[in-house]
Amino acid sequence: MDPFTVVTGRAVPLRRSNVDTDQIIPAEYLKRITRTGFADGLFAAWRNDPSFVLNDERYAGAQVLVAGPDFGTGSSREHAVWALQDYGFRAVVTPRFGDIFRGNATKAGLLPVVLAHDVVSALQDLVENDPCADVTVDLVEREVRVGDLRAAFEIDAYTRWRLLEGLDDIGLTQRHADDIASYEATRPSWLPATA
Amino acid sequence: MGRTLAEKVWDAHVVRSADNEPDLLYIDLHLIHEVTSPQAFDGLRAAGRSVRRPDLTIATEDHNVPTTPGPIEDPISRQQIEALRKNCAEFGVRLHPMGDANQGIVHVIGPQLGLTQPGMTVVCGDSHTSTHGAFGALAFGIGTSEVEHVLATQTLPLQRPMTMAVEVVGALPDGVTAKDLILGIITQIGTGGGQGYVIEYRGEAIRGLSMEGRMTICNMSIEAGARAGMVAPDDTTYEFLRGRPHAPQGNDWDAAVAHWRSLVTDDDASFDKVVTVDAAALSPWVTWGTNPGQGAPLSGRVPEPREFADEADRVAAQRALDYMGLTAGTALRDIAVDTVFVGSCTNGRIEDLRAAADVLRDRRVADGVRALIVPGSVAVAEQAEKEGLHEVFTAAGAQWRRAGCSMCLAMNADKLSPGERSASTSNRNFEGRQGPGGRTHLVSPAVAAATAVAGRLTAPADL
Repeated sequence: MDPFTVVTGRAVPLRRSNVDTDQIIPAEYLKRITRTGFADGLFAAWRNDPSFVLNDERYAGAQVLVAGPDFGTGSSREHAVWALQDYGFRAVVTPRFGDIFRGNATKAGLLPVVLAHDVVSALQDLVENDPCADVTVDLVEREVRVGDLRAAFEIDAYTRWRLLEGLDDIGLTQRHADDIASYEATRPSWLPATA
Repeated sequence: MGRTLAEKVWDAHVVRSADNEPDLLYIDLHLIHEVTSPQAFDGLRAAGRSVRRPDLTIATEDHNVPTTPGPIEDPISRQQIEALRKNCAEFGVRLHPMGDANQGIVHVIGPQLGLTQPGMTVVCGDSHTSTHGAFGALAFGIGTSEVEHVLATQTLPLQRPMTMAVEVVGALPDGVTAKDLILGIITQIGTGGGQGYVIEYRGEAIRGLSMEGRMTICNMSIEAGARAGMVAPDDTTYEFLRGRPHAPQGNDWDAAVAHWRSLVTDDDASFDKVVTVDAAALSPWVTWGTNPGQGAPLSGRVPEPREFADEADRVAAQRALDYMGLTAGTALRDIAVDTVFVGSCTNGRIEDLRAAADVLRDRRVADGVRALIVPGSVAVAEQAEKEGLHEVFTAAGAQWRRAGCSMCLAMNADKLSPGERSASTSNRNFEGRQGPGGRTHLVSPAVAAATAVAGRLTAPADL
């Protein structure tokens, strides 16, 4: 995956709560067996509405999505992360993420940023008033900056390091192959096998 | 200091633990289906990796499969099924394909085969993997990158979750089912209430539930935001497992049960959060909105958005009413439906079909209502047919279908049309979940069947 350090660009305000992954990408698009090419499915139903914020040309090329609480709830589909990335987003800012979505995002290199409710609202106000405002999401400094607004965010040290370096999780785990083999030798014999 | 059930299962699976790193957790069972696995197998191929433990991995076809006889007509759905078959053959993973006696919804076949056992870690690229927690397993949904990680290493790096107790106090009133209970719980704690937690469902009402009922409860943990939900194993669990194809036999059975009996939360353990639910206050429950937390007693009314204290809730409620085509103050019992769906990993097991059949016996589905009864697996279908339930359904005018996920998420041909309204025993009432523009009310199997008869949202007691 590509490393994430600092991203600066436009941000889209999505003033909705409980944006479930069925809205981010409907099930119909999940029949594909590729890992890219999901941009057309992003918010597919909502984009039929001309007034939907993603149809506002002033936000073209945006790299940051600023959403209401409980973003990415529901289905475990990682396609939701891929669709956001394929569309051009590098980071999502919200007061609260669905657990599975947040995990998927960090595996695929989309930065999940949690900020307090009032800070997210202030960010949304700001980019609504000035759609061209440059928003910086800085993983090195763990900070979101736009104009006079500076908001620090928390992220665990391990995930931050992995994202900064763009590291492959599987490769990291395989360094501990001996530990895995040792553990396997201790598993009770009555545990089920499928074969 | 004692430990909770979740902590015991977690601790028993830690392969490696280090400061400032997630724990590396061993996975006992990895369930696979066609939708979230193709890109993971591609990743393995691209990196020249193999499946570490095909003997702890099992696959089935469920999301795309038609519930009517014949092949898959949609070429893209068919291609996805074919990709699964090719991947399973290439990597040596056992597959239960369409037509196989053990095919079915992934969360129905695991327990049915006895593969899901107390104290195990179970994962699947599907958020309803929480279902398996009903056995006292730590079971949760994962994304495709994690599917690839488990295939390659049989482990996952994970941050230790917090623990939440949902204490269900008192007994469920007559006519109130596991589905009503979990919908009531989600209404109480909200769709985000469980985020970051593993829930343990506790209390006499939980102990009194069958395994099917416990699976319904744990299944919808994710709708409360919790990646996993658990029920401590007990004699009900052991009786369900005894004699199943992959359950331990002979001396192994005794050793396993002795271990399983230790899988309870210690008296002196503490949870990070405790929520108390009054079982006696529950009644048949139904959702009125577009997330599973937007629910109410069936005897109630569509709420007035202005009356929600929180602004986000207010906006969400108004948006939901607009999407659902509902007016605040309407009695929920006055809402007419076009379609009734009984099935899914939430309510597609034999007990659910019996509950629906008990209501439909010697009654008729209302004119103009389409009622689909979709068994969760081939084995559930066979059992239902042995009991003559399929004849009850067809005599009532309902459609008896083949096993699969079906209208729960409309990846096959079973869909709602725009504006069409359903009463559904599935788990999500999200916008468009059952088809673009479709409107979903989540209900129990008994309420679904009564609704089919009345043509309006109805509890069996109202018939």
